[in-house]
Amino acid sequence: MEKHVMQYQTVHFNLNGKDVERTVDVRASLTDMLRNDFRMTSVKKGCEVGECGACNVLIDGEAFNSCIYLAVWAEGKRIRTLEGLLGPNGELSDIQQAFVDEAAIQCGFCTPGFILTAVEILESGKEYTDAELRKLLSGHLCRCTGYENILRAVKKTMYKRLGKPMPEQ
Amino acid sequence: MSKSVGKSVVRVDAYEKATGRAKYMDDLCGREALVAKICHSTIAHGFVKSIDTAEAENIPGVVRVLTCFDVPDLPFPTAGHPWSTDPGHQDVADRLLLNRHVRYYGDDVAVVIAENEVAAAQAVRALKVEYEELPFVLDVQKAMEPDAPQIHDEFPGNVLKHTDIRKGNYEEARKEPGLIKVEGWYDTPTVQHCHIENHGCFAYMEAGRVVVVSSTQIPHIVRRVVGQALGLPWGKVRIIKPYIGGGFGNKQDALYEPLCAWCSTQVGGRLVKLECAREETFVSNRVRHAIRTHIISYVRPDGTLVARKFEAFSNQGAYASHGHGVVAKGMGAFPQLYPCDNLECDCWTVFTNRPAAGAMRGYGIPQAMFAGESHIDDICKAIGMAPLEFRRKNLMPVGYVDGFSKNELYTDTFNQCLEKGMAAIDYQRKVVEYQNQTGPIRKGIGLAMFWYNTAVWPISLESSSCRMVLNQDGSLQFQTGETEIGQGCDTAYSQMVADAVGIPVEDVHVVSSQDTDVTPFGTGAYASRQTYVGSFAIQQTATALRERILNIAHEQTRMPVSNLDLVDGQIVRKTDGRVLKSLGDLATECLYSLEHSQHITAETTAQIKTNAYSFGCSFAEVEVDIPMCKVKLLNIINVHDCGRLINPALAEAQVHGGMSMAIGYGLSEELKFDEKTGKPLNNNLLDYKLSTFMDHPTLQAEFVENAEPTSPFGTKALGEPPACSPAPAIRNAILNATGVAIDCCPITPHVLYRKFKEAGLIAD
Repeated sequence: MEKHVMQYQTVHFNLNGKDVERTVDVRASLTDMLRNDFRMTSVKKGCEVGECGACNVLIDGEAFNSCIYLAVWAEGKRIRTLEGLLGPNGELSDIQQAFVDEAAIQCGFCTPGFILTAVEILESGKEYTDAELRKLLSGHLCRCTGYENILRAVKKTMYKRLGKPMPEQ
Repeated sequence: MSKSVGKSVVRVDAYEKATGRAKYMDDLCGREALVAKICHSTIAHGFVKSIDTAEAENIPGVVRVLTCFDVPDLPFPTAGHPWSTDPGHQDVADRLLLNRHVRYYGDDVAVVIAENEVAAAQAVRALKVEYEELPFVLDVQKAMEPDAPQIHDEFPGNVLKHTDIRKGNYEEARKEPGLIKVEGWYDTPTVQHCHIENHGCFAYMEAGRVVVVSSTQIPHIVRRVVGQALGLPWGKVRIIKPYIGGGFGNKQDALYEPLCAWCSTQVGGRLVKLECAREETFVSNRVRHAIRTHIISYVRPDGTLVARKFEAFSNQGAYASHGHGVVAKGMGAFPQLYPCDNLECDCWTVFTNRPAAGAMRGYGIPQAMFAGESHIDDICKAIGMAPLEFRRKNLMPVGYVDGFSKNELYTDTFNQCLEKGMAAIDYQRKVVEYQNQTGPIRKGIGLAMFWYNTAVWPISLESSSCRMVLNQDGSLQFQTGETEIGQGCDTAYSQMVADAVGIPVEDVHVVSSQDTDVTPFGTGAYASRQTYVGSFAIQQTATALRERILNIAHEQTRMPVSNLDLVDGQIVRKTDGRVLKSLGDLATECLYSLEHSQHITAETTAQIKTNAYSFGCSFAEVEVDIPMCKVKLLNIINVHDCGRLINPALAEAQVHGGMSMAIGYGLSEELKFDEKTGKPLNNNLLDYKLSTFMDHPTLQAEFVENAEPTSPFGTKALGEPPACSPAPAIRNAILNATGVAIDCCPITPHVLYRKFKEAGLIAD
């Protein structure tokens, strides 16, 4: 019994706008909990040591590699995954649509993580240079796209949200 | 009547992937799965004497511990090649499910099956493996020395295979007076594919058969290999391939599907999942062959190539996998790209105690182009000729036909590609601008060509099968054995199907997943073959389906077939263009006919006995900080002739990815090993330096579209070609900037320090 008490803990948090609670193994990562207990398939496992960014989620608005964030640390937090971006009728958000339009998706495995970091960038309401955008997005690895069209998608959406025309290359 | 091919249609899987709904291997696995974890060898070479499993077996949650002493004695091949019914052409069967004779640091010696990941990992650590250690060898040429450790008994001297090409008389020709001899050695590194989804699979038994769901490029081939490894009739094996998170050739091998399938059979057919950690992916999957190439060219002062020698030593690592095919493909490009009358070419594939090398994007061509194109610039430097001029003089001429493959250069594509690239990067102006530089920071511009052969005919089988099933609404399902691995072939196929059948692209529903129980046979994604070979099967099957549809239209409309057409989903009378009925009405009436109901389908296999050269070049511009030994890539452009573009936006995206991978190959990527132990040193995504968002400038992709005459849609290879020429273009740009000829990649600051010191550009 004692072992059980030590090993499991109930965590209460807000997931994509909804208050939830789960009893989890205290050793479980947030990735494990979101994938296994909530079936959030957008949270991908690429390295499980915080190198690739595929498991990225937003915690209180800030991008985190959920693989190196313990599930129990989610207590009281507001967590958003890619599933939370979708409109009630399955509408894509502007940044998702931009990834589709700019051919920024290939195998799709890094895509959810990238989009959530893009959301953090866009929600800052700031205008960034290409060099700044590259740096802000550099926590994610992609082997298919060469990052080129991902940059285009983020940049295009940034200017759209700022209500400014996108400058010429 | 082409409506869809040639347009940048949105990827058919874009929505699923943009929402995270697309299901990959782990998304499909039941949460009740047992977890299998592998115990890897901690020596580079030796024998397992014993494994004490007692402590591991006592860990709560451990279900079964299986070791190299338990596996069936059935050696199996792993390469994702089509099987050959001729034993002389079959892949080398040189490994067991778990190995007592361990041949690299990271070999598989035991596996733990447990109720959860933690118990499995604890049990792997609790295994006590006793080894008899043997000497090991990591270097390809040291492995060929007489006293080198012997890695496979069947291959004395560690040579898996040696092949050669002879033409004219090299020894005689080189005696011509006045020739300039240019000689170089060029080393390329061991690198890894680094697809973001690691390989993994899960297996279970159903109705006496074993089912494996795997992250693979080659489901039908994996089925055969699992059958061979487990000693099962192939019909007892079913492989399902869902969406996969990249492959790049690593998943063109049977990786852990055989072991996972066997694990399931050892626990009563229960569901077992085996997922590689990133660290395992780097070492215990496959890597790209490190190849050392030696080239000697005898050249007249006017740039005429008189005699050439080529020797390549390919580091196979511990197991044969794709084996000799990789370096042989690279050698095959040598006499063709710059034809020369007198040649001596040899290549060796040699076992060493490194991770097994297999297929990786380019299949020997990135290595061959690094060596060959570096050497061309070395020749230019030696004879004082401009790299562009030399290439124009010596490149494969229009009308060139390869005697073996019958491939032909139909158009002046090389010069067209060069023109386009030069204009895009402002080559001629920069060549002049960068002459005679001095000082610590210098700029340079370089170029490199490539040649890549689409698909594998006539080396091995090329066929593709496809099935089309018409729905009541006039839409259809389309299936093929060729696999979507991120490259976008599902979308390209949908466009081809739409045009070949005569329906809108929205009415084509591609079945993305392959299931060997239901998917027509196909060998999968490799050799940049998908759009090329798939196009034959699509054209042929569409023709058969159209014939059936028009015959039914004849029955329903009483018009002769010869006066009927199917255009944009409508049955049309040719003479006046009148729409007689929609395809949907035809299909519904046909399916529910009280006279003779039938569902309308077509299924055919196309055997492809042609293939095609795919061509192009890269231009790179660099800034070199000599005292800091650093290279900054300022500009890079790839130009491709892959025939007619099926989907320009996806083609461009494909080129970007290949360029990024090749920039890493040229400047930063290398899997390193401890010389004292053979242990890999940087098998993680932090220490292994693949290109990040910060590591390259804007990637520019340009195309020259000469329709390939052998393909029904005018298409040919684009998957691998983008990764072939950027690295040597960067190397040649550094030569242009500094006058220093680098002899290896990746061109890290360490390499530049060594070379700049040799050249006297920097002091100690």
